[in-house]
Amino acid sequence: MMKKNKYDWKNPLLFFLLFTMLTVSGYPQLLGEERNIEINGYLMGHFSGRLLDKGALDDEKLEKDSDYLVGEERLRLDIYGWSDEIDASARLKVDIFNNEITDESDIDVREAYVDYTTDAFDFRLGRQVVTWGAGDLLFINDVYPKDWHSFFSGRPLEYLKLGIEGFRTRYSSEYINGEFLLIPFFRPDETPTSEDYYLFNPYALVPNQVEEKPDATFDNLELAGKLYRGLGGFDVAVYYYKGFWRTPSMKVDNPAMPTTATSFYPELFVHGASAQGNLFGGIVSLETGYYYSRDDRNGDDPLIPNSQMRYLTGYQRQLWEDSNLGIKYYDEVMEKYETFKEHLPDGAPLPKEHRDTVTVRLEQYLRHQVWQLSLFTFYSPSDNDSLVQPKVSYKFSDNFSTAWGANVFGGEKDEESEDPTFFGQFDKSDNLYLTMRYDF
Amino acid sequence: MRKRILLVVLTLFTFVSLIPAEAADLTAAQIVEKSLKEFYYQGKDMKARVSMNLIDKKGRQRKRTLSILRWDKENSAEQKYFIYFHKPGDVRGMTFMVWKHADKNDERWIFIPAVNFVKRIAADDKRSSFVGSDFTYEDISGRSASAETHVLKDTEVVNDRPVYLIESTPKEVIDYTKRLSWIDRENYLPLKEEFYDAQQELYKVFTADEVAKIGDYPTVTKRTMKNVKTGHKTEVSYDKTEYDLNLREKDFSERNLRKPPRSWIK
Repeated sequence: MMKKNKYDWKNPLLFFLLFTMLTVSGYPQLLGEERNIEINGYLMGHFSGRLLDKGALDDEKLEKDSDYLVGEERLRLDIYGWSDEIDASARLKVDIFNNEITDESDIDVREAYVDYTTDAFDFRLGRQVVTWGAGDLLFINDVYPKDWHSFFSGRPLEYLKLGIEGFRTRYSSEYINGEFLLIPFFRPDETPTSEDYYLFNPYALVPNQVEEKPDATFDNLELAGKLYRGLGGFDVAVYYYKGFWRTPSMKVDNPAMPTTATSFYPELFVHGASAQGNLFGGIVSLETGYYYSRDDRNGDDPLIPNSQMRYLTGYQRQLWEDSNLGIKYYDEVMEKYETFKEHLPDGAPLPKEHRDTVTVRLEQYLRHQVWQLSLFTFYSPSDNDSLVQPKVSYKFSDNFSTAWGANVFGGEKDEESEDPTFFGQFDKSDNLYLTMRYDF
Repeated sequence: MRKRILLVVLTLFTFVSLIPAEAADLTAAQIVEKSLKEFYYQGKDMKARVSMNLIDKKGRQRKRTLSILRWDKENSAEQKYFIYFHKPGDVRGMTFMVWKHADKNDERWIFIPAVNFVKRIAADDKRSSFVGSDFTYEDISGRSASAETHVLKDTEVVNDRPVYLIESTPKEVIDYTKRLSWIDRENYLPLKEEFYDAQQELYKVFTADEVAKIGDYPTVTKRTMKNVKTGHKTEVSYDKTEYDLNLREKDFSERNLRKPPRSWIK
């Protein structure tokens, strides 16, 4: 097929951005002697190739028929400006990227916000990344949007987190700190789709696919709060969230002969707590959260997740010089499991009541941190599936670096039900990636 | 033969008499204690811009620039540290906070701006390399005098300055088995240190390359740590050092970790 170059309204914006940047950096006098602006960034190439034996695939085909999961170049511009007179600043973090697989260029506004600070308050308005909780890639109170495609294809970790669009107020004092978020515009997770992954999708043959995101109404305003302080050598926090599940649920108009499959985001409330401190020669983390799935409070709607309790225990310490070991155990318990089972349509996959996961992180720096070796492993004892992420990073110099690694999924089908497990369904999407980056 | 013995005795006497009256009262441990105080606890608080140059045996250089602030608790070994990374680019904006305790493990946090996340990190690695350099965390923030036993070996002259030569032996098994320090007799700053490994071979050498008086405080403004076994070395320069800025304990908070005041990192 002929590749087409895509032109749209974003190109003038892109041009404007580049022009502004070049002007600002080339002619500092435009901004006066003391220019209160900084521009940094990087240029990064990232290629991720599939590790698969095509003969093993029956007749499965991807919507994008490519042996590469990702092939892209990104120019990151991080533009930061501030005032000397008042305590205010602004930041724009934007990626201009070229997707080699679709041959499309686009821009990705990672963050764009304005900060204002008073004695006790820090305000931030705009698109911003928020990370809460004590988990290491196991999320309970971090209810903010994530890009799992980035994570499963080896982009740097920061790409796992997507910005929220909202208003943050932080209060700080010696006794208690608080963070409050108002999020008017809902942003779901980027979940792996059958465009890029060999996935089990029961709705693949339904002709119309519709996504119903919560409308930007006052009723749908997402609210989140966190109160935290130090207590007896521990960092202790309590959390609250009112909003929506970020992974969609699916419904069809007519189960016997579906013509439209709709993905939608049911309402969700989360109450949680976490504590983290020095113990047993390392760091101990504890976190819990109650996920109240209000649209299915009785647990009898099989389309919507039931309420859940989530628990996390973690321990991290150094083994020897320049090394790090982190172990976490996570358990998710479905509420009203019997009711859920009763209402589950015949033949539908039956999730387990307890889903637990163990993660192990091993890191080792070598040669004055020029080399970094890391191995991250997810394993679920209940589902018997896994994800292994080995990675080697090397710094050629202060500016030039490279990383290569792999995502290896395991666990094919549940022994009893023959249903694919969570990581097992990605089994044909194992990949090996290479990243090269120049920081400026 | 007798003459020779006499000579030795005379020489010994000369050396003993060179040790000033003050030092005669000070034990080796007290000298080390005083030296640590002058080196790591100068002033009530401190701020500096630190440039590190990591040089491998082939001469290839890597640079780190950071702002460092320190606050000392009065009449106590407790300190709080704050570090902001300016360079290299991949760690720009990262901050690091340490609450150093006298009687229990230090507490450490790191802020990762890319994901807007504060993470507690384990702190039992005092002898680990600080940001990949030849300096350890302990070399940056100080060790406890009671972690070693000390013997006053000699008095010598280094860089035209009279010094005490002290041999220190760690009480626990760590990366070095013996440390020799040459401590300035006047201002108690360490001018040179040698670290010996388990084979009793010299492997690391610290040198104070420049000492300047900042306000009332003599300060080591340039220093080097060289690993003589690997040929790798780290040169560190403390610029824009200021003391007694009236920092407060509560300034070393998560809030400032996430958003350091501009005056701290200018």
